[in-house]
Amino acid sequence: MIPPETDATADHQRASDMSTAEGSPAEPAQEAPNLKEMGVREGAGHGVHVKGLRAFYGDNEAVKGIDIEFPANQVTAIIGPSGCGKSTMVRCINRMHEEIPGARAAGSVTIDDLDVYGPGVDVTSVRRMVGMVFQKPNPFPTMSIFDNVAAGLKLTGTRADNLREHVHRSLRAVGLWGEVKNRLNSPGHGLSGGQQQRLCIARTVAVEPEVILMDEPCSALDPIATLRVEELIDELKARYTIVIVTHNMQQAARVADSTVFMLDGEVVEHAPTDSVFTNPRDERTERYVTGKFG
Amino acid sequence: MSLTAFAPVSAARRRKDRIMRGVLLTLTLVAFVPLILIVYYLLHKGLTAVTGSGFFTTDPTGSFFGNQGGVRSAILGTLEIVLIASAIAIPIGIGVALYLTEYGRDSRFADAVRYFVDVMTGVPSIVFGLFVYITLVLAGVGGAFAGWKGSIALALLMLPIVVRAAEVVLLLVPAGLREAALALGAPRWRVMLRVVLPTALPGLVTGSLLAIARGMGETAPLLFTVSVAFGATLDPTKQMNTLPVQIYNDISSPNPVLNSRAWGAALTLVAIVLILNLLARLIARGSRMS
Repeated sequence: MIPPETDATADHQRASDMSTAEGSPAEPAQEAPNLKEMGVREGAGHGVHVKGLRAFYGDNEAVKGIDIEFPANQVTAIIGPSGCGKSTMVRCINRMHEEIPGARAAGSVTIDDLDVYGPGVDVTSVRRMVGMVFQKPNPFPTMSIFDNVAAGLKLTGTRADNLREHVHRSLRAVGLWGEVKNRLNSPGHGLSGGQQQRLCIARTVAVEPEVILMDEPCSALDPIATLRVEELIDELKARYTIVIVTHNMQQAARVADSTVFMLDGEVVEHAPTDSVFTNPRDERTERYVTGKFG
Repeated sequence: MSLTAFAPVSAARRRKDRIMRGVLLTLTLVAFVPLILIVYYLLHKGLTAVTGSGFFTTDPTGSFFGNQGGVRSAILGTLEIVLIASAIAIPIGIGVALYLTEYGRDSRFADAVRYFVDVMTGVPSIVFGLFVYITLVLAGVGGAFAGWKGSIALALLMLPIVVRAAEVVLLLVPAGLREAALALGAPRWRVMLRVVLPTALPGLVTGSLLAIARGMGETAPLLFTVSVAFGATLDPTKQMNTLPVQIYNDISSPNPVLNSRAWGAALTLVAIVLILNLLARLIARGSRMS
């Protein structure tokens, strides 16, 4: 089921994506032992606390003073219509928000009791602790599959004792190892969309963050690749605290332990996922999750 | 109500269409005429000189009668002067472009820099020559005329071309790649060196080659700075020989043999520039972003 490493066409790769997603016998239960290899510390993750967070683009206030607790080793989904500030809020957690010219944030974000916005805090150290996966799979086009995963370490100047082992472990952790082990030196761009996104997750995981932010990680993927990434999210939460922004409410229902509904830069409701979708407290949440607006 | 048949194309419109096509084709052919004539004359007049004995292997002797020699020192001189100019203009140009795309972005200062770079692109090449002539040659910095002064004049000419070309290419690097690298916790300088520059590399090479090709054919900046010499020296602190200046010199000579050498040198120069352009295209085609 693994495509031949020579002349790996997109079709081959898509086929391999599907086969693993369907649980092909060629890669039996590949994931279970990998988490152990990653040195899983079950329940040993770190929670994220957002307090009074406000975020601006110039004079425009996109996030209007919100409080959210992201419990450790849980998946928290953020849902809400476009422009409600959910991506902005998430980008404040790893301070990517401030990369946009004219953008600034106020309020507090802490990981356990470390203040992300504390005086003199080096943003690169924040981002190493808080990894991020983007909407569009964005492997580095000049780098091979191996180098893409190693990039996180090389770009941060981290010396890994055993880089090769480290990269292999990260690829196993995202279930990509079987599909790419024979062509680690071919370009990351040659993979299918779903594989590229898992490669990006492997790249994030390789830095060994504590928290992983995912900004609509599946919106550019087909349903089968999406399913594969969702399974992966479910596995990763044993090790990481995960925040996922999504437009897909079924996805939130499938992967998230709790769900936050945002509207116009404010949190309308934050509750266990079941309760948000079946028994929302707020009328606006109900109208949104039942598709009456948004 | 039933549909009536579609109207057929009228004869008048067919005629208009034919005429317009004819006019446009003629204009295109007219535009080609000078180009074809130039190539024809270069080959017609230059080939005999180029194929003559010792054209590429001997230096010009500077004598009017007898053995006038070939253009070896002119070719080597041009290559050396342009190489030094590139070594100055390309790193600085790419540095400026990196500043504009990665740091300056839309700031007022960056806009001012862009504006001045645009102005510099439009400055006639003779002005750069005069500038260096006054500031370095007349002022007698390290002697009078010298190869390296020509390099500086050419570098000034090439700099804005490199900056503009590099900025366009760097802007093509998807913002998502920068974000991905920054989000991994990479400092900005590492993002530039290991993600932005490698991704943009083919385009940067192409832009630089085009700037080199442009600088290679310039005569005016060299006339005022390197002056004319028929020696064989490759020492950039002395007067050197270059193809454009040799052409200029030979073609103004009353000796038809020297005129012929000018055509041969012109053919050589065009061939070098053509090769550089082809190389640039080849590399651009290999780019992952175009």
